[in-house]
Amino acid sequence: MAAICRENGIVWEDKNLSTHVERAEGPQSVPALLHRNAVIFADAPAYREKEYGIWQSWTWAETLEEVEALALGLADLGVQEGDFVAIIGRNRPRLYWSMISAQMVGAIPVPLYQDAVAEEMAYVLGHCGAKFVIAGDQEQVDKVIEIKDQLPDFEQMLYLDPRGLRKYDHSRLHQYSHVQDAGRAKRDELLPVITARQEKLHYDSTCVMLYTSGTTGRPKGVVLSNRNVIETSRSSSEFDDLRQTDSILAYLPMAWVGDFIFSVGQALWTGFCTNCPESADTMHTDLREIGPTYYFAPPRVFETQLTNVMIRMEDAGRFKKWLFDVFMAHARKVGPDILDGNPVSQWDRFKYNIGELMIYGPLKNTLGFSRIRVGYTAGEAIGPEIFDFYRSLGINLKQLYGQTEATVFITAQPDGEVRSDTVGVSCPGVELKIEKNGEVFYRSPGVFVEYYKNPESTADTKDAEGWVATGDAGFIEEDTGHLRIIDRAKDVGQMADGSLFAPKYVENKLKFFPNILEAVVFGNGKDECTAFINIDLTAVGNWAERNNIGYASYQELARHPQVMDTIQSHVEEVNASIAEDEMLSGCQVHRFVVLHKELDADDGELTRTRKVRRRIIEEKYDDIIAALYGDSPTVDTTTEVTYEDGRKGSISATLEVRAAKTLQARGKMAAE
Amino acid sequence: MLDQTEGYITEDGRKIGGVLMEMKNITLRFGGVEAIKDISFDIREGEIRAIIGPNGAGKSSMLNVISGFYIPQEGEVWYQGSPRPPMKPYQVARQGIARTFQNIALFEGMSVLDNVMTGRLTHMKTGMLGQAIWRGKAEAEETENREIAEKIIDFLEIQAIRKTPVARLPYGLKKRVELARALVAEPSLLLLDEPMAGMNVEEKEDMSRFVLDVNDEFGTTIALIEHDMGVVMDLSDRVVVMDYGKKIGDGTPDEVRNNQSVIDAYLGVSHD
Repeated sequence: MAAICRENGIVWEDKNLSTHVERAEGPQSVPALLHRNAVIFADAPAYREKEYGIWQSWTWAETLEEVEALALGLADLGVQEGDFVAIIGRNRPRLYWSMISAQMVGAIPVPLYQDAVAEEMAYVLGHCGAKFVIAGDQEQVDKVIEIKDQLPDFEQMLYLDPRGLRKYDHSRLHQYSHVQDAGRAKRDELLPVITARQEKLHYDSTCVMLYTSGTTGRPKGVVLSNRNVIETSRSSSEFDDLRQTDSILAYLPMAWVGDFIFSVGQALWTGFCTNCPESADTMHTDLREIGPTYYFAPPRVFETQLTNVMIRMEDAGRFKKWLFDVFMAHARKVGPDILDGNPVSQWDRFKYNIGELMIYGPLKNTLGFSRIRVGYTAGEAIGPEIFDFYRSLGINLKQLYGQTEATVFITAQPDGEVRSDTVGVSCPGVELKIEKNGEVFYRSPGVFVEYYKNPESTADTKDAEGWVATGDAGFIEEDTGHLRIIDRAKDVGQMADGSLFAPKYVENKLKFFPNILEAVVFGNGKDECTAFINIDLTAVGNWAERNNIGYASYQELARHPQVMDTIQSHVEEVNASIAEDEMLSGCQVHRFVVLHKELDADDGELTRTRKVRRRIIEEKYDDIIAALYGDSPTVDTTTEVTYEDGRKGSISATLEVRAAKTLQARGKMAAE
Repeated sequence: MLDQTEGYITEDGRKIGGVLMEMKNITLRFGGVEAIKDISFDIREGEIRAIIGPNGAGKSSMLNVISGFYIPQEGEVWYQGSPRPPMKPYQVARQGIARTFQNIALFEGMSVLDNVMTGRLTHMKTGMLGQAIWRGKAEAEETENREIAEKIIDFLEIQAIRKTPVARLPYGLKKRVELARALVAEPSLLLLDEPMAGMNVEEKEDMSRFVLDVNDEFGTTIALIEHDMGVVMDLSDRVVVMDYGKKIGDGTPDEVRNNQSVIDAYLGVSHD
């Protein structure tokens, strides 16, 4: 990589690294960490996967044997140093191992989002010129075969699950276990080869390449070195006192940097056990069976779980419901203080313990949260009520702020300093600064090497001194040192009257209502703000069922007058809360529509990590936006949709445009 | 017509073996009603054989003859090379014939796993007392059977509902559980009575996929009754067409599609 950078005349790289302490001792690469663990934690469980109804487990020593067998097999297949090996599939131990195997033969693993459609995959595979693909099952194999004509570099593909693949042409297709067998058979011959290649790996050689989800434009390949991964894994493990006896559930996309750091980086650094669910549908059951001690989930997962709990409590008997309400009210009052170790009266503490016995304990057990020591949420803002709910139960849920470019960690909340409105203090080894325009910059040992084959973007993001622009606007609280993020820097704009426009801030407030799944706020350069709203089908559907309101589809429920009324009341509540904030009072939502379809990553409206793609939505629904700024009470629209298998269809609908009450702020009258 | 003795290779490269079951001049009467009139056809090893026909054509009666539930007044059923004497349904099951039902027949109060495990009944040898004491052989047998059940659960992707009582499942999943129960018996002949009835397009596609995978992965011979013409034509290797208890066509989907009497009887007479 270094060579490529010099070619492009960029010399900052070495300077950047020299600002940090060299750690010459200890393992210098991920395979080296595995070798270390296979000795010091030999018989401790390293990976588990539920299969055929039973948790199958592998110790660190067994893991090394499996990883090495595949590495030998890959060498036998002709994988060369510097080749890219794409990995596509759901979280399974063998796919995690294949990443380490690829590293063992000097290749660079590139995990891909498994739900990406073939076209998206074609771009990424073509961009890195992946010669080898390791796929989970037939579905992924089919996608790669579909696009293989666009991939001149593609050579061979391995697959894990042979189901349905028996009749495929196997000239360039191999079963994972067969490759391992071939490797084992040639062990004597090939072991020196892969040993030599592993010896060449060093702290600054490339560890992994991860593609960003691409909130704007094409995904970019973020190159992370062993230094990035090992240094961050080490410091973050120390920050949260992670131990070898911890366990996690690996269920988030393997292509996401967080999963790589948790399930590979930290897992190998501390030697804790990574558990893989049986299938995506069984995640909650598996979570309960494993009871992880270290857990990560985006706010959406916590929201869904809270919604489910509340829906089920609605169905509970009157006594149980009463008991739940009483103790939850008490938990909300004293729970967070008890968790933070603040003084709480003996009586409250006693009452809380009773609650633990009656409500909190069983509830945590049902959710699979009984053993959590450290829990994180990140990626989006989490609603204060949702956050407090989990903390009041005694779950140590914290927030962190990170990026692929930082190898996850920029800031995190230390134990005892947890709040819902900040993202914490800078992580060990991370320096922060805020530019005049409010954009947050950071510098750390985790700062990425470069964007692969994209020196312009690299130079735009990372300056000569190693400072990286986050693209987020925020500020550091003077008294606590906590960082607060307001919005994406480029999304922060101005209203026509010059007041601040921060769409995300408003959207998050809207999304904190269980009935609202997604919201998109417009208003940059306009007189007033307007919004698109997606209802949450689970929450609203449950309400409809309870009130005997029949509906056949999302679309029908979304335009039901009572649903519209409810959403309107939510919007007005948000307006009231925004009006209190002097800086942002201009962002109150004046008119809104409830969209006729859910925003979807398959239609390009959201990223694969479910972030809103503002520009695409603005273009696609320009007719509805025009109506929001017009004065007609309805708008007719037709939208193209893409189904999961890639087929297209269209939905047409007549949407009702509603006006919401806004409040007077800063002494001037609002528009209504 | 295809040769009756030799096997053949399908277009997608599967090898179809010799005759597994043969119906010879079957006639079935209920009192004065002739449900099946002098029908003969065969089912070959490894193929997917469909029986189609309009309502009341006698398809389900035919399947019940194959499964041994109805005993025809005339004709013989040959299975694995010899004529089959009248048998009780459980004896037929022991011969390696399993089926699913048009109207789901699961134990509603039991979990999916327990339902699937009942499919292993013909393979269990320990008696009631042995099962109750639960030592040695009975325990080993349960482990072995559970393993097979779990493989099928994995195959049909119903892991998430393993412990769910069947009564709580939607219709499409119940159908899949029924298929699982039939499959754990490791049948050599699988009878499916309208496996896609009442399903939406997506469920039908899933089920078709599973039927093909079962045939492909386990080499199971499948005889199915189905209403949906599209599904039948896509799935099956050969089709028997019945109308008013009589066989009016037999052959590959293409042959049947072009057979004039089939078009008239089943697909309707065209008016142009």
